[in-house]
Amino acid sequence: MQTVIDVEGLAKSFGRTRALDGLDLTVQPGEVHGFLGPNGAGKTTTLRILLGLLRADGGMVRLLGGDPWGDAVDLHGRIAYVPGDVMLWPMLTGGEIIDLLGRLRGGLNEARRTELIERFDLDPTMEARAYSKGNRQKIALIAALAADVELYVLDEPTAGLDPLMGEVFRQYVEEIRQDGRTILLASHILAEVEVLCDRVSIVRSGRVVEVGSLDDLRHLTRTLVTAHTSRPVAGLEALPGVHNLVVNGSRLHCEVEAAGFDELLRRLIDAGVQSLDSRPPTLEELFLRHYDTVMPGSPRVAP
Amino acid sequence: MRVLTGTRSLVRLALRRERIRLPLWLGALVLVMLAVASSYDELYPTVEQRRQFALGIATNPGLVALLGRPYDLVSTGGFTAWRIGAPIAVLLGLMNLQLVARHTRGEEETGRAELVRAARVGRYAPLAAALVVAALADLIFAVLVLLTLVVLGMNATGAVALGLALGLSGLVFGALAALTAQVAETSRAASGLAGTGLGLAYAVRATGDARDGNLSWLSPIGWAQQTRPFADERWWVLLLPLGMSLGLATLAVALARRRDLGAGMRTARPGRARATATLAGPLGLAWRLHRGAQLGWTFGFLSFGAMFGGIARDVGSLLDDNPQLAGIVSRLGGSIDVADAFVASVFSLLALAASGYVIQATLRIRGEETGLRAEHVLGRSVGRWRWGLSHLFFAAIGAALILAAAGGAMGLVYGVQVDDVSSELPRLLGAALVYVPAAWVLGGLAMALVGVAPDAVAVSWAVLGVYLLFLVVGEFLSLPAWLLDLSPFTHTPRVPVVEASIAPLAALGTIALALTVTGLVGLRRRDIG
Repeated sequence: MQTVIDVEGLAKSFGRTRALDGLDLTVQPGEVHGFLGPNGAGKTTTLRILLGLLRADGGMVRLLGGDPWGDAVDLHGRIAYVPGDVMLWPMLTGGEIIDLLGRLRGGLNEARRTELIERFDLDPTMEARAYSKGNRQKIALIAALAADVELYVLDEPTAGLDPLMGEVFRQYVEEIRQDGRTILLASHILAEVEVLCDRVSIVRSGRVVEVGSLDDLRHLTRTLVTAHTSRPVAGLEALPGVHNLVVNGSRLHCEVEAAGFDELLRRLIDAGVQSLDSRPPTLEELFLRHYDTVMPGSPRVAP
Repeated sequence: MRVLTGTRSLVRLALRRERIRLPLWLGALVLVMLAVASSYDELYPTVEQRRQFALGIATNPGLVALLGRPYDLVSTGGFTAWRIGAPIAVLLGLMNLQLVARHTRGEEETGRAELVRAARVGRYAPLAAALVVAALADLIFAVLVLLTLVVLGMNATGAVALGLALGLSGLVFGALAALTAQVAETSRAASGLAGTGLGLAYAVRATGDARDGNLSWLSPIGWAQQTRPFADERWWVLLLPLGMSLGLATLAVALARRRDLGAGMRTARPGRARATATLAGPLGLAWRLHRGAQLGWTFGFLSFGAMFGGIARDVGSLLDDNPQLAGIVSRLGGSIDVADAFVASVFSLLALAASGYVIQATLRIRGEETGLRAEHVLGRSVGRWRWGLSHLFFAAIGAALILAAAGGAMGLVYGVQVDDVSSELPRLLGAALVYVPAAWVLGGLAMALVGVAPDAVAVSWAVLGVYLLFLVVGEFLSLPAWLLDLSPFTHTPRVPVVEASIAPLAALGTIALALTVTGLVGLRRRDIG
């Protein structure tokens, strides 16, 4: 199967602002790919280029084997898109907008439409001007999820949804994954990406700085270790891969890279382990590591 | 006055946001006045020439209907007040109503009002601030009129009266917009409703002035003229617009008290749960978006056409009833049918208004884009051309429709009165439709800007404003011919005074098409958003 999204060296500037600066992104068929980054990192710009709304200044972009700018109309028949800021036509009702958006793409799954409206608890007879932010988001989500397409491009899809509705959304993502279809999910909500995504690309200042499965990413990073030993352990600070060591008598706390884990444990056992707690970093911590521009390598906030 | 807390800050905010638009409006209006006032002495230097000129006006009821009754054409001030009083009152009214609608309903529509009202700001402060800014603008206008006319050597008393009379008539329409902003749910609709009131005020005054003048007392524009600046001023008349403004503002507050922020007067009712078969694509969506404005403009043009059809009859019959005047007219070489000349003038004004509709409808494309709604459409299987054309379709047929409404209504009313519907209806319908290509040129210009220079789309309004100046006061500006030739209205034959000819209309249509295609090509090539 061909790659669903293949982006290499993507560049885009708005006046003097460089929004994308050599961004690479690969999404394989059937995966739920998290596109993670803080506000202003270039997530939405990338998605808008993939949708053919913006024209790339440089780099290569292939979407479902086509050119997102030149083949936009044909490609859009195979894509469902939820924009980051959902603005609707105030005088149309929610039901009318869902139907309209479906028809603009070439029809939607009627059974799914009914089910989604019920599951998301939406009143489709209200005029859009009266909908709250969360309800506007639901309309865009329903219109997208009711479409039988190969690729779903979702820009912060749960923004404004309450946790209950967020859970409904996650169930649908799971369903889509099981159908073998592909999702590109841009978000800055780490917990959501952690639960939903098979692979993650972390973007910062217009470049992808890290990509891989969550396990891969964790492997590259440090494990948090807290231990209580019978005798104080000396000389740990000299061990390769051990960072931010805090020793308080027989208690110690440190971070350790995968390569140094083995030797650290050996030393601890020699000192008589009374208790040991080791924990892989959360995505939160991964994320902080990449955005910690002020003080690189400074201690992580322990949860 | 807790309900007004924060008004002062909001006035400052509004003035800052208007720092370009408002000076442009006021500057243009004052320059027009300056041009007209300063050229009268050159055109008619002697009292005898002015008497002859006044006689010509008196025998031209069409001109009286369009501009109002002159009270003193011997003094330059009196001439200025007569010649541009009505046009400036209309433009100032337009400035006021848009200003107030923008700062009241417009702010609620965008949600910014919520942000403001969440601060230490009283319930009626935004409304009060909008009216204060309008009143300030009108006051500044009055002062500028005073300075301009006094520098030109005119009587200061008359200049004060003219400035106040026009400024206060403008304020009436600002207060009217404050009221319509409570009822309508969008700034556009609030402006539209208040604009209908403005058109009605002009038409009522025209009807009155074409007859015995009594009806003009029902119009704020009529009040401005009845103040009679430079002709033994009647100061008490100024109390009428002042009282009406206060009354409308009070009514607006009373309505504001009854409604929620962001809501209109209409109670929300459940609508359709499913889209009808017509809402199936870009064209169906565009119809829903343009439908309201389209109907409103059609209704407005229909009423306006009918009223002016009645006036055309009065204008024509005035000379029939008065053989003495008819004699003078023919001695002055006036062999032209006065009613036809009047009809041609009315349609040339309506054509500018219709162009305003075309520009507004075309700029919807840009509005959908900046409103972030375009990406729902373009993010699905709809190409840029198809999307752009869906809006342009309604802009183009809308222009023809509203002009046909005005021409048809005028032809019908006039035809019934002169007992010749079968020939007057098609004749006046044609006289209205002859302006369709010129209106399309402005739509084409707006589209070209949307496609090529999306940040500069407001230029299309400025161009329309310049064409309006050419029409209303062009003869006083001593403009070079090439400049006047830049207006599509210069090239449109003044039917029914002259025969319609196909060549200029075809040329204008071609230009409109070329501009539109340029815009569409640009739209396809550029970034959206």
